Amino acid sequence: MRYAANRPVWMEKPSPLLTVVKAATLATIVALVLFPFLVVVSTSLSTEYAIAQAGGVVVIPTEISFAAYEQVLFGGVVARALLVSIGVTGIGVVLSVSATVLAAYGLSRPDSFAHRPLLFTALFTLLFAPGIIPLYLTVKQLGLLDSYWSLILPTAMNAFNFVIVRTFFSRLPQELFDAARVDGASELRILLRIVLPISKAVVSVIALFYGVAYWNAFFNAMLFITDESKWPLQVILRLYGLQGQQLEVDPNQIPPPQQATQMAIVVLAIIPILIVFPFVQRHFTKGVVIGAVKG
Amino acid sequence: MTGSTRPPGNHRRLWRHRLRRDRALLLMTVPGLLLLILFQYLPLLGNVIAFQDYVPFLGFRNAEFVGLANFRALFADPAFWNAVANTLIITLLNLLLFFPVPIALALLLDSLFHERIKKFVQGVMFLPHFISWVVIVALFTQVLGGAGVINQFLLRHDMEPVHIIGNASVFKLLLVAEVIWKDAGWACIIFLAALSAIDSQLYESSAVDGAGYWRRMFHITLPGIRPVIIILILLRLGDALSIGFEQVLLQRDSVGPDAAEVLDTYVYYFGVQGGNWSIAAAAGLFKAVVGLILVLSANKVAHMLGEDGVYRRP
Repeated sequence: MRYAANRPVWMEKPSPLLTVVKAATLATIVALVLFPFLVVVSTSLSTEYAIAQAGGVVVIPTEISFAAYEQVLFGGVVARALLVSIGVTGIGVVLSVSATVLAAYGLSRPDSFAHRPLLFTALFTLLFAPGIIPLYLTVKQLGLLDSYWSLILPTAMNAFNFVIVRTFFSRLPQELFDAARVDGASELRILLRIVLPISKAVVSVIALFYGVAYWNAFFNAMLFITDESKWPLQVILRLYGLQGQQLEVDPNQIPPPQQATQMAIVVLAIIPILIVFPFVQRHFTKGVVIGAVKG
Repeated sequence: MTGSTRPPGNHRRLWRHRLRRDRALLLMTVPGLLLLILFQYLPLLGNVIAFQDYVPFLGFRNAEFVGLANFRALFADPAFWNAVANTLIITLLNLLLFFPVPIALALLLDSLFHERIKKFVQGVMFLPHFISWVVIVALFTQVLGGAGVINQFLLRHDMEPVHIIGNASVFKLLLVAEVIWKDAGWACIIFLAALSAIDSQLYESSAVDGAGYWRRMFHITLPGIRPVIIILILLRLGDALSIGFEQVLLQRDSVGPDAAEVLDTYVYYFGVQGGNWSIAAAAGLFKAVVGLILVLSANKVAHMLGEDGVYRRP
């Protein structure tokens, strides 16, 4: 078998029993993770009849219908919330990644001016969180309540992501920059032309971290936003998916089953992550996260 | 490096020279640090209301200072101590039930030699970490809830349904199960790193000397990842007062505050919802200060045990 070649020569051959146990464990783990997703997708695609037949939740779809998706995607609160989430995540990621990469590069050289106090300022935030009430008062004082910026700015800079990028930058060989510096290239130019092209892995990882954080955030919206038309998808999902509120329906049409629409909102909340995740996953173990954690 | 080669000349000129040389780098740090100062440091000032009789209408400039009265009221509130107790119980359950899982998963993954299978399983295991709490609560309700898949199956086969979602007596275990589902796979990334850092020659020479699988496990593998295990236990202890806030908030109402209230939800419901801003701010400040003391002492313990700890020894 092919994989046997990867086993070091000194290691004894695994017993057949152990191999079976291992395979069964792996299969169980994969099933435990993926099964809930299957249930959600199947239920969202089912008709009233199929859901009733199955007893409320569908594991394997029998009758497929896209009515639930048509209802939530065309007009109404869910479509609006989807746009809010997309906008907040898009703008947030650009802002966060720029601020983090700039700060990480600016503090990547240990001999630069005021390096230690500035670095300490960033790292000390890892040791405490500001607390709900003081943060609320700050956002209120800054006049950001009920503004989309309240969903972006408070979490825009994350010291952990900063550490990941900074560790990566400070391990790049200095010779890379020296020649450019002798030629009189500005620091910004060095960052954009030399450093960023070889840092795609680390940048895409923190972009995913920030993107997921913005997309998944629900409490900040609950705390800062009272105007329902500005609520992001997660808040709407809680309202209609968990607390069982009914979506408004067109009185001229037969509405799709409530379970299906609820699960369709869940699917909408998962899909962007499922799309982006595989592209970034290979970088996790490529020393990006691990290197930073160990460093 | 540059420090030793620099001429020992005028100190102030050196200072100015470095400022001019590094001004581009300094400018780059401004947006990031400004965000941290605005939303991490500036809120610290807001803690002043913990010592005031704060009314939102008047603002904190006009609020009356009341000394430690808010803390006295807080410590006399049984709901506060209930929240503290729940928080500590959940932390303890997490340490006992969650903590070993990623270590076991990492050992399992590390023992796979088929790259494709390893990559696939790893991807599947990392994925739930990126799913929001709102979605996870919905997923768990679909599978374990009163009308969920499991109970449908039990009913169809004439068995007693199980009461899991909305049952106060198993609520804390449900929380831990959700955390395991979401984060155990992701948490093993750090153990995988530690495992890959173990010198493979150690394994080879001990195997040549006749050490079997379990012997190698207890004499090479586990000692090799010991520093990481200790650091993570200490980190978790230092963070003992923080429970996944969104996770609890989303499910608190299904079982009520007696079983589900933790410190953060206490602050939210009592303060923001109940309008007791000052007392809740006192609770938040209590949590932050105790948390900081816990982290720093956990680190001290790490140093005494001869480990590097969360930050390096000075």
